[in-house]
Amino acid sequence: MSAHSGSGSGSRWGLRFLGLGYVFALLLLPLGLIFYKTFEHGLAPPIDAITSPDGLHALKLTLIMVAIAVPLNTIFGIGCALLLVRHRVRGSGVIDAIINLPFAISPIVIGLSLFLLYGTKGWFEPALAEAGIKILFSVPGMVLASIFVSLPFVVRETVPVLQEIGTEQEQAASTLGANAWQTFWRVTLPAIRWGVAYGVVLTTARVLGEFGAVSVVSGSISGQTQTLPLFVEKQYENFNLPGAFGASVLLALLALSTLLAMNVLKRKEDA
Amino acid sequence: MSAHPATADSVETPRAGIRLPGVGAGLGRGLVVLYLSVLVLLPLAALTDKSLSGGLGHFWEQVTQPQAVNSLELTLIASLIVVLINGFFGTILAWLLVRDEFPGKAVVNAVIDLPFALPTIVASLILIELWGTKSPLGIDIALSRTAVVVALLFVTLPFVVRAVQPLLIEMDREMEEAAASLGAGGFTIFRRIIFPNLLPGLAAGIALAFARALGEFGSVLLFAGGLPETQVSSVYIKQLIENGNEAGAAAVSIVLLAASVLMLVLVSLAQRWGSRHERSSGAGLTNMPMSGFESSGREEDDDERA
Amino acid sequence: MGITVEGASKSFGDFQALNDVSIEVPNGSLTALLGPSGSGKSTLLRAIAGLETLDAGRVMIDDEDVSKKPTQKREVGFVFQHYAAFKHMTVFENVGFGLKIRKWDKAKISARVHELLQLVQLDGLADRYPSQLSGGQRQRMALARALAVEPQVLLLDEPFGALDAKVRKDLRTWLRNLHEEMHVTTIFVTHDQEEAMDVAGQLVVMNEGRVEQSGSADDLYDHPANEFVMSFVGEVNRLGDGFVRPHDMDVVLDPDERTEEAMVQRIVALGFEIRVEFVLADGTEVWAQLTRAELQKLELRQGQIVYLRPGKTKSFSGDSPPDGGGASTPRDSRGGDDAEVSAAA
Repeated sequence: MSAHSGSGSGSRWGLRFLGLGYVFALLLLPLGLIFYKTFEHGLAPPIDAITSPDGLHALKLTLIMVAIAVPLNTIFGIGCALLLVRHRVRGSGVIDAIINLPFAISPIVIGLSLFLLYGTKGWFEPALAEAGIKILFSVPGMVLASIFVSLPFVVRETVPVLQEIGTEQEQAASTLGANAWQTFWRVTLPAIRWGVAYGVVLTTARVLGEFGAVSVVSGSISGQTQTLPLFVEKQYENFNLPGAFGASVLLALLALSTLLAMNVLKRKEDA
Repeated sequence: MSAHPATADSVETPRAGIRLPGVGAGLGRGLVVLYLSVLVLLPLAALTDKSLSGGLGHFWEQVTQPQAVNSLELTLIASLIVVLINGFFGTILAWLLVRDEFPGKAVVNAVIDLPFALPTIVASLILIELWGTKSPLGIDIALSRTAVVVALLFVTLPFVVRAVQPLLIEMDREMEEAAASLGAGGFTIFRRIIFPNLLPGLAAGIALAFARALGEFGSVLLFAGGLPETQVSSVYIKQLIENGNEAGAAAVSIVLLAASVLMLVLVSLAQRWGSRHERSSGAGLTNMPMSGFESSGREEDDDERA
Repeated sequence: MGITVEGASKSFGDFQALNDVSIEVPNGSLTALLGPSGSGKSTLLRAIAGLETLDAGRVMIDDEDVSKKPTQKREVGFVFQHYAAFKHMTVFENVGFGLKIRKWDKAKISARVHELLQLVQLDGLADRYPSQLSGGQRQRMALARALAVEPQVLLLDEPFGALDAKVRKDLRTWLRNLHEEMHVTTIFVTHDQEEAMDVAGQLVVMNEGRVEQSGSADDLYDHPANEFVMSFVGEVNRLGDGFVRPHDMDVVLDPDERTEEAMVQRIVALGFEIRVEFVLADGTEVWAQLTRAELQKLELRQGQIVYLRPGKTKSFSGDSPPDGGGASTPRDSRGGDDAEVSAAA
């Protein structure tokens, strides 16, 4: 460490105390407590709660959300990134802005707007009612909400990577006779895969954890339209703490796996 | 993967660059626009429509309801306090993660993203367990305005850290060495050299954090509750929906949305302002800092011009 | 302000960057630290500045031991290869930075900054930002910035390394002239021996963390202490145990007792000088440097058999002792024998 680094030992420890103390108190302490509280009375109560029919259904529903929303947003994300970076189309600034909207909108507002669009007095209602498709208080609506909130991640993580690798490799491929699809599949995609993977992980985490928007469009009907986060809320409201904690711990474990995946991928990209 | 001199060109003039497999640019754009319209624009249009469904007078009436105003005020002030606090701590943490070495650093670096990964309702639950009535620490701030602030601190910390980190990593150490050789001490170097170069990232991180804080719902719900004086706008809107007052909910939503969008625009401007000293390409919104995964390959080329 | 370094050692992990290095830089001189990558020259320079701390040894500036002093107190001006411009400040603010933190008043700062900008011929660009300048302009700004605070010593770390060949040559001349005007003790690091010989009065050749030799350009060229110095500072041919410079290699058409047979392999014209590559009977490849006139006189062709008569040949007895220490006075080469060696087969 060069002599000019400036912080004497005292201020360095001061900074560490402030920064690390803050992280400890704000993030780590609560996290640790929830694990403790969940298993305070043994493994049985939380496991019972989660493996109840409602709990299992909630878990299943959450995973269905992920299974539908993530691939859709991934395909969209890659395609959109290609469009924005490789083809300077007109209006890409607008597209760019719209993609970032989900960051600016409260989940409740997202839920509300879907509610208004597909609800009983909504725009699409008559047509949908005729076709017998139910959006609200049902899985499709929840999927739409999940897609909305997790829209930006794959695009945003793919765009910088696409920019950085440049077009030279792709140009080389076409001089060697590869068509667009081959070039994409064999040259571009492998080059951007860690960026895409990271975006996918972020998308998954977001969909898993989505609460506000889904809460509005689903009605949180137990055993039917209740995802795991909604299950947590319901259990808590019914004073069923082991249930709430159990589901929370499960979600926390999923979150920690996500963190792990994020870190591994970050390192892959830097390598 | 370092920045490639050809990269700047390729964004401007895509010649033999990859075509969207199977589709041309026009069709591609059409598909993207369709996807975005169905998923994002239409719902927002419905929202706007509903908010004005009773006319402008009704809109105004809904928005100026006492509780609407109260909750908005609380939301704005709490968000402001939160971003200032996290601006401070976030910068310190970014500094520690980039310039310092200590045992467990990798763990801390990973844990910073916890609020991104954890469902907000779970965050609310764990906060209320630690800082609520049954708190092992004996601190009870549940159902209070402080709770609002703490919940928002929790969910917005990563934004600032991850926005500042890449700038610190990328920072030219030699600038600091040059300043030292000219006689500047540690704090002066930070104040005059490091901080000004962090400012664009810090501003962007703060703006993103602010936008997030404005709309935050899940983490505040259980911890701060829905009492009149601890009700943030998103909780108020939810209440309006449950009471069937959809027009009112839509109206307040529009106001909240406008505030957040304004924030995003400011972020974009902050980025452009920050890049004014670089010769590299301008920053689009999609380059906004988010998590630590930034391919920040913007090296200043050492080229010579006549 | 003379500079003395005694017994400096520094390692980075397993890598030994400096190994018991001692040099002496006379007051007011312009010295070059010359060597290949990894030779430790930049580390040595940064140690003098205080940007690296030594594991052992000490640094003296003007007879004062500054080894424990932090950079900010050493009053050394430092110029970096990549300029280290404060990119968020204008040229004016960059150059005036050192003065501002010394709390000079505005009028004085302005006067001094403009004086320096004129000196480096950047006057009129005071309000620009570094990103708006060319590489050469940025480096001149960096120099002005370092000189503004009237440092005791000026240190430059490969200052022209990031620049175009032509710009490099121009700035080289410019630096030399500047030094003649200002007489600040100056040390600069380079891997380009031509640059070192063009600019500096004293050269210190380093290799693998040690000083191989120090002296004037002529000393090093004509009396190299060992093979490394000889081949680093100029071109060499190796003939058995001896080393010959290509321009000391005479090419003749008739043999005598001092010549060696060689076949012309290739003739290349490089500007005004000609490089002729030969292969000897035993397979050794050598080359000679001729002028166009000489080439025309000999009428050499590819494949022709001619005779080489080596002029001044040097041989070094075994491994030359790395002469790390001491004075900068011109020294006769140790262990190198000047001889008109009759080329053995």
